[in-house]
Amino acid sequence: MVWLRRNLFSTPFNSGLTLLTLYLLWLAIPPIVDWLFLQATWSGESRAACEPNEGACWAFIDARFNQFIYGLYPSEAQWRVDLAFILLGVLFAGFFIPGVRRSWIAVLILIPYPLVAWILFSGGSWGLEEIDTAQWGGLFLTLVIAGVGITASFPLGILLALGRRSNLLVIRSISIGFIELIRGVPLISVLFMASVMLPLFLPEGVNFDKLLRALIGISLFQAAYMAEVVRGGLQAIPKGQTEAAESLGLGYWRTMQLIILPQALKLVIPGVVNTFIALFKDTTLVLIIGMFDFLGIVQAATTDPNWLGTAVEGYVFCAAVYWLFCFSMSRYSVSIERKLDTGH
Amino acid sequence: MLALWRNSRVRGWIFQLVALTLFLYFGWSLWDNLQTNLASRGITTGFNFLNTEAGFGIISHLIDYSESSTYGRAFLVGLLNTLLVSVLGIFLATLLGLLIGVGRLSNNWLISRLALGYVELIRNIPLLLQIFFWYFAVLRSLPSPRQSVNWGELFFLNNRGIYMPAPIPEQGFGWAGWALLLTLIGVVLLFRWAVRRQHQTGRIFPRWRVSIGLLIVVPLLVLALQGFPLSWELPALKGFNFKGGLVMIPEFMAILLALTIYTASYIAEIVRSGIESVNRGQTEAARSLGLTHGQTLRLIILPQALRVIIPPLTSQYLNLLKNSSLAAAVAYPELVSVFAGTVLNQTGQAVEVIAITMGVYLLISLLISLLMNWYNHKMKLVER
Repeated sequence: MVWLRRNLFSTPFNSGLTLLTLYLLWLAIPPIVDWLFLQATWSGESRAACEPNEGACWAFIDARFNQFIYGLYPSEAQWRVDLAFILLGVLFAGFFIPGVRRSWIAVLILIPYPLVAWILFSGGSWGLEEIDTAQWGGLFLTLVIAGVGITASFPLGILLALGRRSNLLVIRSISIGFIELIRGVPLISVLFMASVMLPLFLPEGVNFDKLLRALIGISLFQAAYMAEVVRGGLQAIPKGQTEAAESLGLGYWRTMQLIILPQALKLVIPGVVNTFIALFKDTTLVLIIGMFDFLGIVQAATTDPNWLGTAVEGYVFCAAVYWLFCFSMSRYSVSIERKLDTGH
Repeated sequence: MLALWRNSRVRGWIFQLVALTLFLYFGWSLWDNLQTNLASRGITTGFNFLNTEAGFGIISHLIDYSESSTYGRAFLVGLLNTLLVSVLGIFLATLLGLLIGVGRLSNNWLISRLALGYVELIRNIPLLLQIFFWYFAVLRSLPSPRQSVNWGELFFLNNRGIYMPAPIPEQGFGWAGWALLLTLIGVVLLFRWAVRRQHQTGRIFPRWRVSIGLLIVVPLLVLALQGFPLSWELPALKGFNFKGGLVMIPEFMAILLALTIYTASYIAEIVRSGIESVNRGQTEAARSLGLTHGQTLRLIILPQALRVIIPPLTSQYLNLLKNSSLAAAVAYPELVSVFAGTVLNQTGQAVEVIAITMGVYLLISLLISLLMNWYNHKMKLVER
C-alpha cells in the first residue's frame, strides 16, 4: 500500500495520470493478447486456413520457417549450416569450462573456425557440393554478415582510432579523412558504392562476390564508428600511463597492447556493444542491394499470393527475432560491465 | 644503419613515407583501373548528363518537375524531399523524445516503466523493418479511396495517403505575412527591452506570454480587417481517387512515422541522461532561493542539462538525416532513391552519381556539425 501511494498516487495529478494510463492499457492489451495468442491460427497450408479465426495467422510463419532460417540454401545441404553453428556454440561453451585457456579458444574461433565455416557454407572442397552465395539467405545470412562485420570492424576500428591519435602526420590525416568521410554518409550509399562502383575500380577480370562486396562495405562503415568509440576510451586514459610505460622501456605497440588498450577498451564496452547492435540492425540494408537476409526473405514471403494479408504477422515475427538478438546483446554488455568494474 | 633504425623519429619518418607511398599507389591504381574500365565499357564521363532530359516521373515534388525536366532538376527534387522529411522528422522526434525522456524520469512508476518499455522495444528493432511495417502492413492495407476513413468531410485517410484541405491565399493575404514579419521584429525589440529593464530594476516582464500573444493576434487582426482573404480547397472523391486538397502520400507518412518513432527512442535516452546529469543540489538550491518549479527548470536545470544533451543530440539529428535514405526501400523519391537509384540506372555514370550523392550528405553533415559546434561553444561553461 505504501509503495502504491508513493509511486502511483503521490499527487492528484499523478493519480489522474495513473488512472488514465491504466484505462488505456486496459483498452489496448486484451485485443493484442487476443490477436497474438487466443484467436491465432497456428498451422495450415495457406491464408485460407486462417480465415475462420480473427487473430494472427502464425501458420504463415510455420509454413515458411525453414526458408526464413536458411533462405534458398538447398535443403539437403542445410546440415552444413547447422554443423557450423553448432561448432561455434561448442567453441563458445569452452569459455565457461574452468581450466581451459581462454586465449586458445579465442585463437581457435578467430583463425581456423572462419575457414572451416567458409568451406562448410560454400562447399567446393572436401567433397561438398558447391553452393553459390546468391542462394544464402534468411537468418543464416544475417548472422554471417553480422558475425563477419563484428569480427572485422572491431580490430579495424581500433587501428583507425590509434591512427587518429598517432603523432605521425600522414597516418593521422589518412585516418581522420577516412573516419569523417564514412561517418558523413549513409550506409546505403556505401553499399551502393560497394555494389555498383567497386567493380569499376578493380583490375580487369578480377571480380568479387556480391556478398563479399557487401561485407567489405558494412565492415568499413562500422569500423569508422567503432574508431570513434575506441578513441573516446583512449582519450580517457591519463597521459601518465603512456609515459610510465615508455619509461619502463616499452615500445609503442607494447605500450598500447599491454597498458593503454586493456584500460581503454574496458571503459568503452557499452559503446562497442552499441556499435555491434547498430551493425546487427544495419545488416537489414543489404536487402536494398538485392540480397535476401532475414528481413528480405520475410518481406518477399509476404507477397506470396497464397499468403496475402499476412504482412503484419511476418513483420511481428521478424521484429521479435531482431529484438531478441539486440536486447540480449545489450543485457550481456551490462553484465560484462558489472563484472569488469574493478572500481577505482 | 641499425642505429638509425633505433631512432624513433627516423623510424617514424620511414613509416610515414611507406604509408604515403602505399596510399598514393593504391589511389593511383584505383584511378587507373577506373579509366580502363570506363573506356572498355564505353561509359561516358563528366557532369554533362545533369543537363540532359530525365524522362521519368517523380510522384512527389516540391518544385515544378515533369518528365521533360533535366537530371539536375531531378537531383534537386530528391534533395528537397530528403530535406523535407528530415526537417519534419527532427522536429517531431525531438518533441516525442522529450516527452518520453521526461516520462522516464517521472516519479509515477507506471509512466516511467512504459517509457522504458517504449525505448527498449523501439531501439532494438531495425529501422528498415519499422519502415516496412508502417508502409506495407499499416498504410498500404488501409481501405481504398472509395471506403476512406472520413473525418468530418475534411480529412480522408485511405491507401493512397491522407487528404486534407489546402489553404488557397487570395488577394490581400500577403499583408498578413508582412504583419507577421513586423510583429516578429517588434517582439525581438520587446525582448531586449524586457531583459534590460529586468537587469536595471529587477522587475520581470511576462515577455513570453505577451510575445506569443502578439504573434498570433496581430496577423489575425490584419486578416480579419480584410474579411479573411483565404479559402480552403477541399479534397473530393472523383471517380477512383480523390482530387484537390493537400495529400500526404503513404511512402512519405511511413518514412516520417518510422524515423520519428525510432529516433525519439534515442533522443529520450539522451534527454534522460542530460537531466540526470544535473546535480540534485542545484534544484534544492534554486527552490530555496524562491524560484518557482518552472523557473528552476528553465533557468537552472535546462541550461546545464543542454550542455550534456546537445552533442549527442546533434549526432542523432545527423543519423536521422542519413537514415532518411532508407526511404529508398519504399520508393519515396528522396535523394538516394531518385539520384543514386533511377538516375544511376539510366545514365550508368556510377562514379559521378555516387560522388555527388555522398558529397551532398557530407556537406550537410559538415554544416550541421559546424552549426552545433558554434552553439556548443556558446553554451560552454564559462569558468572563472
